[in-house]
Amino acid sequence: MTDASMPTSSDAKPRTPLTTVDARTKKRKAAEARFRMYGIAGIATGIFFLIVLLASIVASGTGAFQQTFINVPVYLDPAKLDKNGNRNPAELAKVSTFGYTPLIQEALLTQVQNNGIETPLEKRGDMKAMISASAAAQVRDVVLGDPDMIGETVEFRILASSRVDGYLKDRVKREDVARDKNIDAEHLDLVDALVPLGIVQKTFNIDFITGADASESRAEAAGIGVSMIGSFFMMLVVLVLALPIGVAASIYLEEFAPKNRLTDLIEVNIANLAAVPSIVFGILGLAVFIQFMHLPQSAPLVGGMVLTLMTLPTIIISTRASLKAVPPSIRDAALGVGASKMQSVFHHVLPLAAPGILTGTIIGLAQALGETAPLLLIGMVGFIASNAPDSIASGLLDPNSAMPAQIYEWAKRADPAFYERAWGGIIILLLFLITMNTIAVILRRRFERRW
Amino acid sequence: MSFAKLTTSALALAALSATTAAARDQVQVAGSSTVLPYASIVAEAFGENFEFPTPVVESGGSSAGLKRFCQGVGTEHTDIANASRAIREKEIKACAENGVTDIIEVRIGYDGIVFASQIDGPAYTAFTQSDIFNALAPKVMVDGELVDNPYTKWSDFNADLPEADILAFIPGTKHGTREVFEEKVIAAGCEATGAMEAMIKGGMSEDDAEDACLSVRTDGKSVDIDGDYTETLASIDANSNAIGVFGLAFYENNTDKLKVATMAGVEPTTTTIAEGEYPVSRPLFFYIKKAHIGVIPGLKEYAEFFVSDEIAGPDGPLAAYGLVSDPELVATQDGVSGEKVMGGGS
Repeated sequence: MTDASMPTSSDAKPRTPLTTVDARTKKRKAAEARFRMYGIAGIATGIFFLIVLLASIVASGTGAFQQTFINVPVYLDPAKLDKNGNRNPAELAKVSTFGYTPLIQEALLTQVQNNGIETPLEKRGDMKAMISASAAAQVRDVVLGDPDMIGETVEFRILASSRVDGYLKDRVKREDVARDKNIDAEHLDLVDALVPLGIVQKTFNIDFITGADASESRAEAAGIGVSMIGSFFMMLVVLVLALPIGVAASIYLEEFAPKNRLTDLIEVNIANLAAVPSIVFGILGLAVFIQFMHLPQSAPLVGGMVLTLMTLPTIIISTRASLKAVPPSIRDAALGVGASKMQSVFHHVLPLAAPGILTGTIIGLAQALGETAPLLLIGMVGFIASNAPDSIASGLLDPNSAMPAQIYEWAKRADPAFYERAWGGIIILLLFLITMNTIAVILRRRFERRW
Repeated sequence: MSFAKLTTSALALAALSATTAAARDQVQVAGSSTVLPYASIVAEAFGENFEFPTPVVESGGSSAGLKRFCQGVGTEHTDIANASRAIREKEIKACAENGVTDIIEVRIGYDGIVFASQIDGPAYTAFTQSDIFNALAPKVMVDGELVDNPYTKWSDFNADLPEADILAFIPGTKHGTREVFEEKVIAAGCEATGAMEAMIKGGMSEDDAEDACLSVRTDGKSVDIDGDYTETLASIDANSNAIGVFGLAFYENNTDKLKVATMAGVEPTTTTIAEGEYPVSRPLFFYIKKAHIGVIPGLKEYAEFFVSDEIAGPDGPLAAYGLVSDPELVATQDGVSGEKVMGGGS
């Protein structure tokens, strides 16, 4: 109220016309202009950093969506794959991926020689640096799926090794490979010769979006798909547990509970819980859900339950706020025409508060979706290359990771190709978060009423 | 209200599935982040070639892994602990207190610890253990006297080294790598420079002197890295003067950013480590809880697969990634298939 207490022109000073600008007014106007400038500068800085962040994410991450493949016809040698010639599935399964690797290397070498490419790489083993280790598993799966293929020459589209892929993406430079024991300059020459022939091809890689994690020696095969499913199941658990519990708790506290010390204490603690660091919930989850209740480690069910604990306060606070925003006249009118307390809440207050509740829930879910810290302690961060689950129960209980945990895991690994994939994962995660927040905004815009 | 029905049925489903969750059908592994890459390569190949589900491998450091391993017997505890050092007496005791008595020790091979720096940084190309000791120990020998470490530049004590500020990123104490670093580098340097002798002369008992020899200076020239090697790499990227401690495999994946220094004149390669010439190497292990064999499907098969010739042998994928394969692999294979527990029993 300092402005009001200032001496006005009517007191001591001689009167001046309102249109002339005196020194004090000038000063005040200047202060306002400065304040506006600070505000604009603040926003500009924010936008600048946002652009830098988005640009660096997009620049570093788009590479992950493309992958180098090698198209090669592989002769499925019966002498190697089916020694007894009886196509018995049990015997075929005994030939491990190590038995398939030489066939693929041989196939690529033949392809190189048939095309008359001059290269000092003349041995089968020389091709090892070009081909992903996952190729053997790919071929083996096809053969075990259809043993009649043995003896034929089948066209395969196999992954190139991460070094070859990096070379085509400018990540691996010629001057660096001299000291790299994983690949030599001759291999890069060979890649240069194979690209125009269409044998080595860089194309869009759907496996990055749908696939499972891969071990450190085959960065090229890693995908975020299975951890995406893990995240989905966790969000399902959070939604199913946190929404009813949170809404029930807030309705009781807001509409039914007597106002006394106990409810005050509960209220304060809910507000405090919202500020508890998420890693604390991870420790709690480990102690209660895994060690006491004996739920399985690394399971999305446990992850979802831990994240539920974390999200509950957010949901309760936003639900209570939207219940409070419903004007008391609605309740009074309902009660006035003879509705019970419960009828007035469920028929009138809750539907009007629903958009606010849903918005709060979606924001809480988005927060839970990006959380890594609590998952560290319940075994969801690590090498978890399980296949996509085949049922809801296995989706909840089989070991799985989550998107942010997968990104964290990739960022830790030695091969720089994983770093690129971590950025690619961030793009996907951001897309999810933006979508969820957009839905929240639309809901609010469309259904929220103001009184 | 259909929504309420949906939520109740989903809740019921969750509760139902929780009760059936007691059994676990995949192997659960935790421990050293140095062993993690190897373990993940094996786990992946295991999942591809066997009917069992792919094991779950977590990292967190040797000590953390062994601690979890020793928490008890039962499906809620891990089956295997990866470690980049041998298990300690103290840990075996802690295990026994929680009922984990039969432990199978499996040595999978050797790993080299290398000293590397930014590729464009000062010419750190040759170190000896004494150099590292002089740079990083709290007390060093100057003119025959044991004094608080006065050195701030590498050239202060060895004119052959570059005139650059001393800064080293070393693994934190929860990593097994730290122990090897202390014993094979710092302690060796302590003896070589005569600091240990001086400590004993100064009235310390031999044990105390050995312990004192393992410490590093705390004035900020030596920085503990508790995370993984990527964190060390990021720190090296930001400090052109710094040197860092890495595993050989990590260095080999990042030769475009790092240059490696020789130790006592030997360059670290899989050959020099296998032949025992390169002094800073250590065995890598994993530990199996025998009580879980037969309970957790695939546990024994995973262990046998890990040490089989086609995986851990000199031409296997682990060697290709940077593991130095164990010349006594056959004995290890026998130990695993015979379920030979530590302490002589069977």
